[in-house]
Amino acid sequence: MAKPVVSLDQVTIRFAGDSGDGMQLTGDRFTMDTASLGNDLSTLPNYPAEIRAPQGTLPGVSSFQLHFADHMIKTPGDAPDILVAMNPAALKANIKDLPRGATIIVDLDEFSTRNLSKVGYETNPLEDGTLDSYKVHAVGLTSLTVAALSELSLTRKEAERSKNMFALGLLSWMYHRPTEATENFLKAKFGKKPDILAANLLAYKTGWNYGETTEDFAVSYEIAPAKMPAGVYRNISGNVALAYGLIAASQQSGLKLFLGSYPITPASDILHELSKHKKFGVITFQAEDEIAAIGAALGASYGGALGITTTSGPGLALKSETIGLGVMLELPLIIIDVQRGGPSTGLPTKTEQADLLQAMYGRNGESPVVVLAPATPNDCFEIAMEAARIATTYRVPVMLLSDGYIANGSEPWKIPDVSTLPDLSVEFAKPQEDFLPYLRDTKTLARPWAIPGTKGLEHRIGGVEKADKTGAISYDPVNHDLMVRARAAKVAGVEVPDLVVDDPQGNAEVLLLGWGSTYGPIAAAVESLRANGENIAQAHLRYINPFPKNLGKVLEKYSKVIVPEMNLGQLSMLLRSQYLKDIIGYNMVRGLPFTTAEIMEAAMEVLHD
Amino acid sequence: MTEITLTKKDFTSDQEVKWCPGCGDYSILSTVQSYLPELGVPRENVVFISGIGCSSRFPYYLNTYGMHSIHGRAPTIASGLAISRPDLSVFVITGDGDSLSIGGNHLIHALRRNVNLKILLFNNRIYGLTKGQYSPTSEQGKVTKSTPLGSLDTPFNPISLAIGAEASFVARSIDSDRKHLTEVLRAASAHKGSALIEIYQNCPIFNDGAFDSLKDNETKEGALLKMVHGEPIKSATHGLVHAGSSLKLVELGSVAESDLVVHDVHNPDPSYAFALSRFSNSKLDHVPVGIFRDVERAEYGSQVNGQISDIIAAQGAGDLKTLLTSGDTWTVA
Repeated sequence: MAKPVVSLDQVTIRFAGDSGDGMQLTGDRFTMDTASLGNDLSTLPNYPAEIRAPQGTLPGVSSFQLHFADHMIKTPGDAPDILVAMNPAALKANIKDLPRGATIIVDLDEFSTRNLSKVGYETNPLEDGTLDSYKVHAVGLTSLTVAALSELSLTRKEAERSKNMFALGLLSWMYHRPTEATENFLKAKFGKKPDILAANLLAYKTGWNYGETTEDFAVSYEIAPAKMPAGVYRNISGNVALAYGLIAASQQSGLKLFLGSYPITPASDILHELSKHKKFGVITFQAEDEIAAIGAALGASYGGALGITTTSGPGLALKSETIGLGVMLELPLIIIDVQRGGPSTGLPTKTEQADLLQAMYGRNGESPVVVLAPATPNDCFEIAMEAARIATTYRVPVMLLSDGYIANGSEPWKIPDVSTLPDLSVEFAKPQEDFLPYLRDTKTLARPWAIPGTKGLEHRIGGVEKADKTGAISYDPVNHDLMVRARAAKVAGVEVPDLVVDDPQGNAEVLLLGWGSTYGPIAAAVESLRANGENIAQAHLRYINPFPKNLGKVLEKYSKVIVPEMNLGQLSMLLRSQYLKDIIGYNMVRGLPFTTAEIMEAAMEVLHD
Repeated sequence: MTEITLTKKDFTSDQEVKWCPGCGDYSILSTVQSYLPELGVPRENVVFISGIGCSSRFPYYLNTYGMHSIHGRAPTIASGLAISRPDLSVFVITGDGDSLSIGGNHLIHALRRNVNLKILLFNNRIYGLTKGQYSPTSEQGKVTKSTPLGSLDTPFNPISLAIGAEASFVARSIDSDRKHLTEVLRAASAHKGSALIEIYQNCPIFNDGAFDSLKDNETKEGALLKMVHGEPIKSATHGLVHAGSSLKLVELGSVAESDLVVHDVHNPDPSYAFALSRFSNSKLDHVPVGIFRDVERAEYGSQVNGQISDIIAAQGAGDLKTLLTSGDTWTVA
């Protein structure tokens, strides 16, 4: 008799295991299969900084959370409905996030006395009643996998490594995921190792069949496709979207893309992605350090390339002096900071937004740069092109502040029609008599981009203060004052779109204002608050320096403005100082994104103050 | 092709030169300005990039493209430029503090990569622009403003350092010897890849006469071990002979002329050039000058650009639409 199928509108699953258990891969595959089914989704990988912490210990737990639904969603979900825990450590590390009534699937084989004591369980939680308020499926994931693969000529250890595919197969059955894409993926990945391929395919299939046949799993679930705008979609993470956006900017501008970078978590994936695309003429230069990385990018910009450097907080600190040189030279430069927990080494694999003031002010002298922040993984594509537009139009360093949450998180992306992408073409200075390298364009205040190789424009630039127009060295006090103000005016005058406020009734008293990666939880909270009858407005800043021109008016309109940030109030500080508006900060620095519930609670306190 | 007939004047900018009177930088500048027409590269394709220090003012005085950048970082900026613009001739101007202290890391990595940069290292063994502190090439025991009891640091030997960093071209010359410096510049320009030229340079204010033993007519012939490819390495009084796996300094006459080491700049074994480099000590009594090493090794930028052209030749140029729609996609009607 066929098992009953229950329809759900949304589910949040968390896969958790040892960092060697392949949880990120398992999560990725479930995500791809879910995406191809047409659900909207959002993901949150969470992994330790250690590559392989001792097996079975709490520091070694890696997890991947996926929220998918039959409607549009904004976040990877506050709390999992279902936890897959590959060992006692994974259970212990994640159980606190699970609401009562949630489903837990564990690998029974891993719950040995030794493994339990490794993480401080004195008694077996599967037996001592501590999990009574959850629906627990204790499945011998390891032994079932090994038994299924007994026909293959594999060692036990090799066979055990396929248990993540068994788990994936089981979950795929539970949620009616299509299997073809994962099968093709495995064939491509292990094509040259037929034994390993056979093991993975068989484990995957056995996991599926186990769900279908065993009585332990009585029902399966269906989540209908979400109603999404028509188009071709793919799933994309923020780091990949940034890389694609930079390639698009290179193509749309006709400028050679030059990336100077030094590996650093969580930014390295941008370097990895760009280095795959050399057929676009992309040059990736893995430098000896962060300073060399930005130096090379600036040198390439000087030569007429689209110079880019990617890093995270500590690396940005090292690049400060060269960014200052970029300000002085007035050359285009894109600096991408994928923020992580700080200060110092901080929390390398966790997210934070605490580099905002470093981006704004972390240099000697009056050294303004443009600061942009993508709101979502998708937004990274567009904001990369915006960074290129501004950098090349105004000949100015542009700082782009992503963070670990959107860099690694992913969501479906409606692939844009290439013919609709903006024209980013630039004009280099042409040969001319009496060339003035610091003669500014009257509209943009940009100086000419005069690249070596242009006959007759030979000139010298440098970090010493420049004389207006001629660019010669100048220590003249009046000139210095003029140039400091000119550089400030140029950045202040960068054209950015007005801030759009979402205030459906038009008379809300409270505004929730965010920037960067907090968009998801803020938007989800606003949706729920309105569904509960609350009247609240929402706006999100993608342009932080300069701020949108209408920002002052927007702030004036609302009696209370709440700014949630994953820092101790850095945007709040900028807003207060620029607009003399009091701001209600909602700040957390736990290395984790806000949950929807937290923002709702913070907003409710203000709404009903 | 049109004949390029430029002169020294074409490479001289309108800026007033502002080094101290008697500074060795003047003669180096004059030699470089005189040499550049011979380089045969259009003026607009020549770029000088410097760091910070007295010598780093150099680009202002040349009517080419130039950048006076930040302390120690010139090789990084020059690398980005040279890799992305292989059509340019890129020179780096640096000093002993700029390239061996704050910028030491960038120097060694530019050399090991073999980026097409001609690096002119002005070594005056002192910090000039910050007014007289000891530098990483100052002799041990140097009394300066920051070391009233004498410096304790063991100095760098820039030539040994460069050879250790896998440099493919390494040479030494002296500020006042225009002819010699010109010859070295010529060889460096003909070399594909990084070239490091250490130039002993007098600072008349903070380290005056540091290299007098190599300049005074009475002492120099005995002190300068001249390295010329294919000729025995010797000064007026001394020469080098093989001694096991190393080299030994001997008085001329104590051995047969035919026992002297015949210089081979193309010797693939870096330990030969390294052994040569060890004869330059703080006392400057026997100093090899000329080209230590000039070997062929793949140039970095052409390899970078080669990877790009190879993949384009094999797969065609990238297409943005194909890229964006690659991987698992699905269609919503």
